[in-house]
Amino acid sequence: MHLGRLARLELTESEVDHYTEQLGQILGAIEAISDVAADDIPPTSHPIPVVNVYREDVALPGLDREDFAVGAPAWEDDRFLVPRILDEPA
Amino acid sequence: MSDASLNSDLVRQSAATLATAIARGEVSSEQVTQAHLDRIAEVDGQVNAFLFVDPEASLARAREVDAQISSGIIASPLAGVPIALKDLLATRGVPTTCGSKILEGWIPPYNATIVERLESAGVVSLGKTNMDEFAMGSSTENSGYGPTHNPWDLERIPGGSGGGSAAAIASFEAPLAIGTDTGGSIRQPAAVTGTVGVKPTYGGVSRYGIVALASSLDQAGPCARSVMDTALLHSIIAGHDPRDSTSINAPVPDVIAAAKSGDVRGMRIGVIKQLQGEGFQSGVISQFNAALEILAGLGAEIVEVSCEHFQYALGAYYLILPSEASSNLARFDGMRFGIRVGDDGQHSVEQVMSATREAGFGAEVKRRIMLGTYALSSGYYDAYYGQAQKIRTLITRDFEAAFAQVDVLVSPTAPTTAFKLGAKVNDPLAMYLNDIATIPVNLAGNCAMSLPAGLAPEDGLPVGFQIIAPAMADDRLYKVGSALEAALVDKWGGLLIDEVPSL
Repeated sequence: MHLGRLARLELTESEVDHYTEQLGQILGAIEAISDVAADDIPPTSHPIPVVNVYREDVALPGLDREDFAVGAPAWEDDRFLVPRILDEPA
Repeated sequence: MSDASLNSDLVRQSAATLATAIARGEVSSEQVTQAHLDRIAEVDGQVNAFLFVDPEASLARAREVDAQISSGIIASPLAGVPIALKDLLATRGVPTTCGSKILEGWIPPYNATIVERLESAGVVSLGKTNMDEFAMGSSTENSGYGPTHNPWDLERIPGGSGGGSAAAIASFEAPLAIGTDTGGSIRQPAAVTGTVGVKPTYGGVSRYGIVALASSLDQAGPCARSVMDTALLHSIIAGHDPRDSTSINAPVPDVIAAAKSGDVRGMRIGVIKQLQGEGFQSGVISQFNAALEILAGLGAEIVEVSCEHFQYALGAYYLILPSEASSNLARFDGMRFGIRVGDDGQHSVEQVMSATREAGFGAEVKRRIMLGTYALSSGYYDAYYGQAQKIRTLITRDFEAAFAQVDVLVSPTAPTTAFKLGAKVNDPLAMYLNDIATIPVNLAGNCAMSLPAGLAPEDGLPVGFQIIAPAMADDRLYKVGSALEAALVDKWGGLLIDEVPSL
């Protein structure tokens, strides 16, 4: 349930039971990786190391607002229209 | 020749043959495109490879390419040839769903770099192909828009996540397709549909405009029915892109020359000890071994190589992938694109977000987001994500040690042939095992190809042969692949895909 909240998923009760069991099984199967003694092994976060990639400092045209309007769930006055952002009773 | 037989002839041609005929003016791109659109109309009701086609737009584009060609401009060796695009490539003005209900109706405002390159090469898009939702799956059953069916047996899975792209090629709906491969999503569908697919070196093909699953693993690549067609497509989509900061700024290996050479004399080919035996279907092993004998007969030296840490690859992958995916998929919050649920003026943005994600994501996506959220949470990070990253280093070192001894490594692409739709859909762990032979390559970032080795005697279904090369040595895949393919074509009298039952 807590995990569902962290992941921003409004799970149903039956989903919580179902996923709790399945995630337990998956983690059980994955656990074997902790058997590998790897204290002195550096971690790999990226397979082909590249650092500080810059592009030429040249202004390029951005996208038009109308382009975003087409795919937006709600749009008003050239902006994305969103629900209230404070979690208090309206 | 009647129109009907002309059409059926056109859809069975290789992309290279079609391109040559179009360039010579023997047939127009419009005719070729129309033939494939007709084929889609005829068989896609059974296959469900496509999520979107726009015949008028495709034909209009084909006519533009025809006009270019008649004015003497041949944009590329594939000019005028049609292609199918996996539905996680952003296509300007064309719906892009990633197989997810959460993106239903989304029209991207820009093109992926791959799409731009194909357009400048005069390659004509036929539409967008079905996939496991956000590329999470090995069977295309996790699509929000129904599964794709394998043309070899419509009751069976076409592999995944790129099952739509593979099935489109295998059912002659398209001669070429683009796939993406995060843990095997190009290679495993190629294996189970009797087609060819390549996962290029990480950074070899731009990821700009590809909806991200796991950014350090994702790589787009070419799918086709022959090694040469795959090479032609590879050479068009590969190369440095300043808009993808992980793109490799170096010349693309000459994959076309390698596919033409097909010479394996004196090459050392390593068989990965850990990727055979238990869990591998007998017909998969027998066809794999038969292919090895062919390569030995062509003058390659076959040796066995041990990659000890591969046994931990699946575990490391199912921590790294969900961790990256849970972060990447945070952007699907119902605010800027796709659907929004529960926005009634009462609910807050957090509540609308959670309701939208609950309604829009399918079961496998939720599983992996939660797994990733858990693996990254404080207190578990070192034990899970941190340890998985160290395993990743050990797997990369296994590859380095192996490539000090051999030029390429080989294994079966997938442990089994295509299984029945529904057989593993409620058993995530069984489903994950499909990618046991393909995942190590994504973790290490090097490149690999799957091509058909033959049909398993026990079920008559295609078996995939995987070739693995070091990073930026993609040309070796094509050298070995074309040698094996040529020998098999001699033996069979044609490509394996010629044996696919007619729909």
